[in-house]
Amino acid sequence: MGKTPIIQVRGLTAGYKGEVTLDNVNFDIYRGEIFIILGGSGCGKSTLLKNMIGLHDPYRGQVLIEGKDIVLAEGKRRLQILRKFGVLFQSSALLGSMTIAENIALPLQEYTSLPRETIDFLVRMKLNMVGLRGYEGYLPAELSGGMKKRAGIARAMALDPEILFLDEPSAGLDPVTSAGLDNLIVQFNASLGTTMVVVTHELPSIYSIAHRVIMLDKRAKNIIAEGGPVELRDKSDNPFVRNFFNRQVGEGLNV
Amino acid sequence: MTKQAKAGTGYHIAVEKEGAEHWRLKLSGSVSSANSSRFLTDLTNYLSGGPVRDVTLDLGEISYFDSTAAAVIAQIRLRLEKQGSHVRLINVKPEIQGLFEILNLESLLSERDRLIEKGPSLIALLGGASLNFINDTRFTFAYLGDVTLALGYAFRYPNKVRWNDAFLYMERTGIEAVPIVLLISFLVGFIMAFQAAVQLRQFGADIFVANLVGLSIVRELGPLMTAIIVAGRSGTAFAAEIGTMKVSEEIDALKVMGLEPTRFLIIPKVLAALITVPTLTLMSDVVGISGGLVVGVVFLDLTPWGYILQTQRALDILDVFSGYFKSMVFALLISGVGCMRGLQVEGGAQGVGRSTTSAAVSGIFLIILYDALFTLMFNYVKW
Repeated sequence: MGKTPIIQVRGLTAGYKGEVTLDNVNFDIYRGEIFIILGGSGCGKSTLLKNMIGLHDPYRGQVLIEGKDIVLAEGKRRLQILRKFGVLFQSSALLGSMTIAENIALPLQEYTSLPRETIDFLVRMKLNMVGLRGYEGYLPAELSGGMKKRAGIARAMALDPEILFLDEPSAGLDPVTSAGLDNLIVQFNASLGTTMVVVTHELPSIYSIAHRVIMLDKRAKNIIAEGGPVELRDKSDNPFVRNFFNRQVGEGLNV
Repeated sequence: MTKQAKAGTGYHIAVEKEGAEHWRLKLSGSVSSANSSRFLTDLTNYLSGGPVRDVTLDLGEISYFDSTAAAVIAQIRLRLEKQGSHVRLINVKPEIQGLFEILNLESLLSERDRLIEKGPSLIALLGGASLNFINDTRFTFAYLGDVTLALGYAFRYPNKVRWNDAFLYMERTGIEAVPIVLLISFLVGFIMAFQAAVQLRQFGADIFVANLVGLSIVRELGPLMTAIIVAGRSGTAFAAEIGTMKVSEEIDALKVMGLEPTRFLIIPKVLAALITVPTLTLMSDVVGISGGLVVGVVFLDLTPWGYILQTQRALDILDVFSGYFKSMVFALLISGVGCMRGLQVEGGAQGVGRSTTSAAVSGIFLIILYDALFTLMFNYVKW
């Protein structure tokens, strides 16, 4: 795997409503890796993600996607960057007025000129991939939480994006579905080389998918650990990090 | 791992024909969502010459291949197999094989025939519609009962009513609606007086404009206009608010906490409407009459005092009462239907939208319907 960075975060200071939750954060994400953003509640995981996908603008700093700053990009150039993304939102964010099939067909219709027949086929393929065959005609409101999440992933993957952002993909899913999802992430990463940026705190899935992990902390407002999951669990000198990976309540706990 | 080739760098198709029966298509380059539709057209063109018995697709030189490309290949394959050709994929790299596996194309292809779904039959549609109607009716009656009980409870134990909420809704449905209600009432009075003046002038009966405007505003238009405005402003707001709460499971949370949504959410709104709508109606009466007065004074050369006296002579206190009574009923209808539509919301954002529309439509329809009933009724009891 080449070590070319696909996302570079430089001096990012960000937050919400004037409050600073992340202070001068720096890190790189390399092409083709599965990158996990980790941390307790309120440490700025979602803020970081929203800044990376250009939904929020940081107070200071840059987010470079293949060398281009998404914060400064506007109009067509911004759109070009956004097309590299697929995003699974925490609440799945499927459009409620459209069926599942229409939700997934939407980016395909907007960004390719494939005939309807092929798009239909692709939609079925994507749904098949996430185990939702037969639910084409359902409305999102008619699906369970886990099914919505899988449909959301199918939509995020509709155009085979270069970078897939997943915001808590397995939260609220049963362990079997969640493991299936992890499998899907790994397989997709292996066969398409898709870079995955995953916000999660599900330990089992971290161990089974992560190439590299960063851990954010609320008090430090920054990254307190970086590395492979096993390495962090066994070798970190930060008690909070060790506790997190060993699922212990300790004095380092800072919620 | 396949290096991500930049999208759009293109692909190449080389055709080797070993007689008419064996074709070998060598594909190279990158196929992704950016160029897959062209790829589909090209492949279709190459293979349009008629049935070939054996088609071999060589994917050995493919540098990038995404799921749109896989869909194109699968589709082409399906089409060829339908014509009786035999299709083979060779030199499939492990990552492309992996892609085919995740996408589970084999099962998709074999299942294909089952996909044609039939819509429900006419009888099923009819049955569904009747069931819906029965459920709707049942819901309406249950809801009416609930609200009546809760209202009775509120009158018996006024200290159990959430008055803070009620005052908030009085502000929203009442005070905030004053400007628009007054403006519209004034204009309606003005327009009516103007139209009447043109006709009555022919008979020298200018002064009777006051009777016409006074009576129709107080008996009909005041309550009606006010109710329609409130239905549009607040009935819809009630539906949207309760509907959103239903969608986000807040109503369920209240129920589980042992708090009846009817008492908790609906009664404050109903009480607020019950107090504000009649009050707005009285204001609307006064302002509507003054709209007529302006026409009388400016265009008909009547004195203001003469116009007022004539209005007084035309109106009976019972007229005012009947308008007041009607507006109380309208208030119940507007708030009741608004809240009911909110409770009926199903699905997400779209359901809320639909319930809001339906709150306005059924609110206004019920207002007009009851107005017609009252007109008939009052005619018989000589109110």
